[in-house]
Amino acid sequence: MSNWTIADGYKYAKSDEWIKQEGGEALIGISDYAQNQLSDLVFIELPKVGASYSAGQAFGVVESVKAAADVNMPASGEVIAVNAELESSPETMNQDAYGKGWIIRIKLSNPADLDALMDAAAYTAYCNERA
Amino acid sequence: MKEPLIYDLGSPGRNGVLMPQPDVPLAKIPKDMMRDDLDLPEVSEIDVVRHFTRLSQLNYGIDKGFYPLGSCTMKYNPRLNEDMARLPGFAAIHPYQNTETVQGALELMFHVQEWLAELGGFAGVSLQPAAGAHGEFSGILMMRAYHLDRGDTKRTKILIPDSAHGTNPASTTMSGLQAVEIPSDARGNVDLDKLKAACDDTVVGLMITNPNTLGLFEEHILEVVKLVHDCGGLVYGDGANFNALMGIVRPGDLGFDVMHYNLHKTFSTPHGGGGPGSGPVGVAERLLPFLPGPIVGVVQEPQSEDDMPDFGFVMPEKSIGRVKAFHGNFGMFVRAYAYMLVYGGEGLRRVSEMAVLNANYIRARIRGVYPVPHDRINMHEFVCEGRFADAPDIHALDIAKRLMDYSFHPPTNYFPLIVHEALMIEPTETESKETLDSFAEAMLAIAREAHEQPSLLKEAPHTAPIGRLDEVLAAKQLALCCRPIPIPENA
Amino acid sequence: MSYTPHTEQDVASMLKIIGVKTVDDLFVDVPTKHRFPKLELPEALTQMETMWELEDLSSENLPAGKTAMFLGAGAYNHYSPSIVNHLILRGEFLTAYTPYQPEISQGTLQAMFEYQSMICALTAMEVANASHYDGATSLAEAVILALNTTSGRKKIVMCPGVHPEYRAVVRTYTQGMGVTISGDDMDTADPDTLISHMDDQTAMVAIQYPNFLGQIMDVAKVVRAAHEKGALVCVVTLPVPLGMLKPPGLFGADIVVGEAQGLGIQLGYGGPYLGFFATREKFVRKMAGRLIGQTKDVHGEEGFVLTLATREQHIRREKATSNICTNQGLMALAATIYLCAMGKHGLKRVAELCYHKAHYAADQIDAVKGFSVDRSKPFFMEFVVQCPRPVSEINQYLMDMYGIVGGLDLAPFYSSRKNQMLVAVTEMNTREEIDALVDALKEVV
Repeated sequence: MSNWTIADGYKYAKSDEWIKQEGGEALIGISDYAQNQLSDLVFIELPKVGASYSAGQAFGVVESVKAAADVNMPASGEVIAVNAELESSPETMNQDAYGKGWIIRIKLSNPADLDALMDAAAYTAYCNERA
Repeated sequence: MKEPLIYDLGSPGRNGVLMPQPDVPLAKIPKDMMRDDLDLPEVSEIDVVRHFTRLSQLNYGIDKGFYPLGSCTMKYNPRLNEDMARLPGFAAIHPYQNTETVQGALELMFHVQEWLAELGGFAGVSLQPAAGAHGEFSGILMMRAYHLDRGDTKRTKILIPDSAHGTNPASTTMSGLQAVEIPSDARGNVDLDKLKAACDDTVVGLMITNPNTLGLFEEHILEVVKLVHDCGGLVYGDGANFNALMGIVRPGDLGFDVMHYNLHKTFSTPHGGGGPGSGPVGVAERLLPFLPGPIVGVVQEPQSEDDMPDFGFVMPEKSIGRVKAFHGNFGMFVRAYAYMLVYGGEGLRRVSEMAVLNANYIRARIRGVYPVPHDRINMHEFVCEGRFADAPDIHALDIAKRLMDYSFHPPTNYFPLIVHEALMIEPTETESKETLDSFAEAMLAIAREAHEQPSLLKEAPHTAPIGRLDEVLAAKQLALCCRPIPIPENA
Repeated sequence: MSYTPHTEQDVASMLKIIGVKTVDDLFVDVPTKHRFPKLELPEALTQMETMWELEDLSSENLPAGKTAMFLGAGAYNHYSPSIVNHLILRGEFLTAYTPYQPEISQGTLQAMFEYQSMICALTAMEVANASHYDGATSLAEAVILALNTTSGRKKIVMCPGVHPEYRAVVRTYTQGMGVTISGDDMDTADPDTLISHMDDQTAMVAIQYPNFLGQIMDVAKVVRAAHEKGALVCVVTLPVPLGMLKPPGLFGADIVVGEAQGLGIQLGYGGPYLGFFATREKFVRKMAGRLIGQTKDVHGEEGFVLTLATREQHIRREKATSNICTNQGLMALAATIYLCAMGKHGLKRVAELCYHKAHYAADQIDAVKGFSVDRSKPFFMEFVVQCPRPVSEINQYLMDMYGIVGGLDLAPFYSSRKNQMLVAVTEMNTREEIDALVDALKEVV
């Protein structure tokens, strides 16, 4: 019995971000495991719309009172939308990590990037071994 | 009873300290250059005294009780040192006065340089850095400069154990170098195999704290130093834990090339609520030319046997440069020198012996109850886990807050990062056996409470001036200033 | 043995509980070859003997109280009200650590919050941190902030009017950062020359107000020009002149730093001093140093905590805004007490006294044959005097004949300023002292 959930249908990076592909686009956020480790989030530094990043590159920073962590791209692409609400309510990432807590929407530049990521089962195992 | 902000005390037009009327003709004041308002308090002197007296009473200090903060060396701050630092001949001299008029100050600095060099086993010392982190930064810059001076531009990495204080990697980044983490082994030492694998010709050096932040003396320190030297790198010693080593071993003798000292830890200068400190650096022969300067040296030898040399400032020929304006935190040199004189060489060894004795004693008294991950002879501090297998809801934080109800300052929490729920306990040598016993008893009582009445811990502190504070709120709704700020004229 | 309480009996019973025979056994892990070295250090003195030793050393120095002091250049002989020392010597302030356990550190935390607020008020800026080591390192931290917020720009422009040692510290700090520094190769500080060094690669421009030579420059002009190029402006300043002068925040400065030793902190041969740092809210997460914020406790009571700690080294480690850990906490407390003790009216009066006395001194010295005061720009409490002879000779004469500490010889700091002296006058210089200086100078020619 763990303190976090892993959502099905999402893919996960080793650095604890999730990505949900929607055709040529994708939504990106941090996993429930990540928000649990960080505890109450107080701040997020969002990227600019139009900026492009490659897989593994940091595009933003999340902060709680006891930690600050880079948020990295699970796959390469261009930022086409950011969840600006998170600036006033960063706790949404704690409350609903996979839904309302989405951070950015990107246009995928190389959908094959997702093949290198973990599925829900693999990520669950990865979280359990670190706990 | 909450103490109001000073701005909420007093009343308009009230004066504090009065200054004399000008005794010279008044010069013209160009009105367009002058400010319209000066938003400072309007209180009388008694208001100021009461306000800060009442504020002070909300604080815990070493003067009040035991303060076992690991890595901070909260030893007694001798008041003799405070009086000496305030002697007019030290307190009222200007840093740019002609050196002829401040030979006493320069001589004092020279002696402090010599004492530190002798204690650490180094060829020379600069007193300029203002704090430990400042000394670290200077040390890394020196190592970097040393390699560049040899024409070696390949080296960009600093190896740092995972148990290191955060200032180590932070100082590395400021120097434009890359921090590479080296794991610790199961006994709490630097993992020799991993270190060996990381040592190559791209390494500037290793930063190592010995004893380390687990309070353990590196069991293979000579091999560690050799591995780094063999690949052409230098060894930097973080001297935060020097309180364990005086008269016991000299890092210079072990092969360390550079080390910083913390006068506000080992040498009893007071912490003052966060500072000031002083972080001199000592170096081996090959790094002497690179010291941050100027440093104090003999600029004229004595003319006869009974004479004193003339002291002055000397800039090391390949100095990394100045790291601070003026000469360093001189007031802390006076305090440290008074401290050194009162102990002498043998006395400082006794300081380290008793510091190490005290730490081992507490460990011996609480180890059965608090898990000690590295349960072997430690140095001046040790780390235990603030958690119990059969009381999983209790965290180190809860134990720390409950200690306040027992009138103790908590030990360092959550550091080093490599121990879960870490509690780092450093008693220092100025604590008596009675104090140590009463602390051990409090820790054991709290462990019992953790099992029998956990709410006492979860809701602690109960007797402090204020309860647990909402740090999330503080970070989300930043309130860092209580005065309205005027808009810029050209906004 | 002073300060270490152990009796032989204590040691014996403690060794028994630990499970070792002797104290030496505690050091088994130390390589035997290097263990217990013989130290070439003197024997212990008693406290009384130590006091005599230090009094001897102290008596070999010439303190400001025994002389007329006209040295400034970043460290000033200002009056410190008695309550400053008495309050900072309270053990609860003096012997407390960094307020990481806020429940038992509200004294330090509230005092620092008040300090931050007063620095903001003095400089007309939005947020201030809880101190840096000194004015020089505050400036270096400002450079780092600018480099981190101007996406890849690597150029720093520094006015020659910024304290030479501060500029040297910036060069030391940035030696590994791939930064170019320009603007200060000339010895004169003039806005148009400074502006000519700015371009779209400039991360930050640093100017001092009043500058090292005591002069007041057109800060607003420099800010406008820098902002047009997308560069930040850092104004280096002093707190006592701000008792009268327009604060840099009003000119649009992005960062304001400086040396606050003048706020009740002893001259002390150069330290410990107090670096202050203030900036705009938008930069708060890139600002280094400790920060105190207001919040509530579990019972709804108002209180204070260290906040935004995630910027700092103990959390962010190699990605921290700076490596700073220990600051100048007790000095910040001293400055806060000074500002409360002087208050709104007192600080203004101190500034006025410095201003009027300095201008009187300038007038009198200017009238002495062979000497001329640089009045090309307005000045506050320091001014440059062109002398007929090398300043070192003049100062030797002033000291030998009259025990006066003359102004700073500028030649070692600015190569073209031969025979130029920087004279500082504060509220501690009486008219008699100034007149005596002037009379002595008349003899020099």
